[in-house]
Amino acid sequence: MFAQPSDSVVTVVVEPASPGFIVDLFRRLRQEPLGVLGLTLVLLVVFCALMARWIMPYNPDKIKVVERFDMPSAIHIFGTDSLGRDVLSRVIAGSQIALGVGVFSIAVALIFGIILGLLAGYGPRWLDNFLLLLFDSVYSFPTVMLGLTVVTLFGPSLETLISVVITIQTPGYARLIRTATLSAKTSEYILAIRSLGGSPWRILLIHILPNIIGPVLIIASMDIPSVITLEAGLTYLGMGIPPPAPSWGRILQDGFDNIRDAPWIVIAGGIPLIFTTLGFTFLGESLRDLLDPKLRRIV
Amino acid sequence: MSVAVHAPETAAPILSVRDLSVRFGSSRGPVLALRKVSLEVLRGSIVGLVGESGSGKSTLAMAVMRLMPSNATVTEGGIQFAGRELLTLPAAEMQRLRGDRLSMVFQDPMTSLNPVRSIGNQLIDIQYRDRQLSQFEKRRKAADMLRRVGIPDPERQLGRHPHQFSGGMRQRIAIAMGILEKPELLIADEPTTALDVTLEAQIIQLLRELRREINGSILFISHNLGIIAELCDYVVVLYAGEVVEQGPVRELFHHPRHPYTQALLECDPARIEEVRRELPTISGDVPNLLRIPAGCVFAPRCAKVYDRCCSEHPVDRAVGQGLVARCHLLAEGAGA
Repeated sequence: MFAQPSDSVVTVVVEPASPGFIVDLFRRLRQEPLGVLGLTLVLLVVFCALMARWIMPYNPDKIKVVERFDMPSAIHIFGTDSLGRDVLSRVIAGSQIALGVGVFSIAVALIFGIILGLLAGYGPRWLDNFLLLLFDSVYSFPTVMLGLTVVTLFGPSLETLISVVITIQTPGYARLIRTATLSAKTSEYILAIRSLGGSPWRILLIHILPNIIGPVLIIASMDIPSVITLEAGLTYLGMGIPPPAPSWGRILQDGFDNIRDAPWIVIAGGIPLIFTTLGFTFLGESLRDLLDPKLRRIV
Repeated sequence: MSVAVHAPETAAPILSVRDLSVRFGSSRGPVLALRKVSLEVLRGSIVGLVGESGSGKSTLAMAVMRLMPSNATVTEGGIQFAGRELLTLPAAEMQRLRGDRLSMVFQDPMTSLNPVRSIGNQLIDIQYRDRQLSQFEKRRKAADMLRRVGIPDPERQLGRHPHQFSGGMRQRIAIAMGILEKPELLIADEPTTALDVTLEAQIIQLLRELRREINGSILFISHNLGIIAELCDYVVVLYAGEVVEQGPVRELFHHPRHPYTQALLECDPARIEEVRRELPTISGDVPNLLRIPAGCVFAPRCAKVYDRCCSEHPVDRAVGQGLVARCHLLAEGAGA
């Protein structure tokens, strides 16, 4: 479920950030059809999540058994589910959960990964060995199995799910940061900075980190959809966020149970998942191509 | 530097390396990269360190800076800087010396500057020890130093990143970083090798002026004999990890005593008067440092080799005007 980050990305050199750089990046992104598509889809989901309160036609948790399994119509654009709730409203509300789990847990995992990776790459050898052992132990667990075990032990909840995602994602980022730190640490400019009296902490934080962060940020952005899928998957299995939260996985589960009576529920729950996954993947890949000087086309 | 009117401070060595030996651990056994190297850099002087690739020039520089790779160890000897023993100094104190009283300029300006940090910030970073100076003053000091090394319109350049400068400009910036805190000793590790000839001349001129201005000393590492002759007061010739000859620049260039120095000078294209089709070379290779010859290190390539050279290690001999050379031929009654 989680793409193993390939080693080659570590060598990507990200150009320095400056105002002109961001503008230039957008101008170049405009020339990539897939990047534009990805950005549009991501913005659409973000828009739904931010504006959910105002754009939802109904209360997503409001049960009206009389109206159960209503066909899509002008009143209920995506129809209603087994409890008569408006599917469109639930899909829009679900975007908040999806982005919350995806973006928040990835961000926390990234911060932990950066700290541990820098320590492993720059610290003493024993610390590196110890942290590597830790990373590999976590890495060796199958994602879904680990998720199911933890959920069984602690009970399904949003917090459990986020903790699982953070535990699973952190070692991957930490390993990337560690490898990049190891190669940056022996580079000549770090040697030069040391010869000018730079202290270890300053070297790590203001010299090494900005040089290696770019590729990891891109990989993290491409991991967001897989986390959203994991959340939907676990919720579908009944191990994710408990009802009545309108998670996309929950909508899928409800739709799957009633696929003969109301096929629109599965479709309405599946399409936003597909759009979000594709959106983040396209955007992440375009950004990676645009930021990698070796892949950049000569204009 | 303290202002000492009474004491002849110029005579005291700022750097004194005594019998320094450095060993590298490698998969094929220990490599003795430096063996009993001794040299001195007097205050205010420029000392040139010459040698072929792999002779240990950079290893010596890194040993002095205490920035050797983790597989290198100093097995014997000492390095004294301004009267203090560097090798036993705590790491934090060593770090305080670096960039302040002792600093370094590297060979390749394309790789020796942090690519993602503006040069202004990098120049301000170096002044982190100075708590009294305001950010504005640090910025001005950075701009002044850039102007001093010949970067036009320095205030505007402070916000730019290294990749926006040419190679020559970058090396000027690297030098500005090295001398920003007016170090007593600057180690310049082949600072002109990656530059073209016109830039080389400018950098040499710059170093010469700066030496006068900040009254510091320079340990100048190069394999370019022309530059050494032009810039340095004193020359140390390194061969396969040993100092084979050292002395004042004039004496060494005009009356070299060691066969290696003689051969090296003969190979310098700038010194050859007649135009020849083939450039002279020293035949053979630098000895494998895993298997150092028992006698003189240069014996396998020496044109004047005789039996004693292969069996007995020569000792340093003072010859001529201040020269010290390590060769059996200089012994009295040597059979040559």
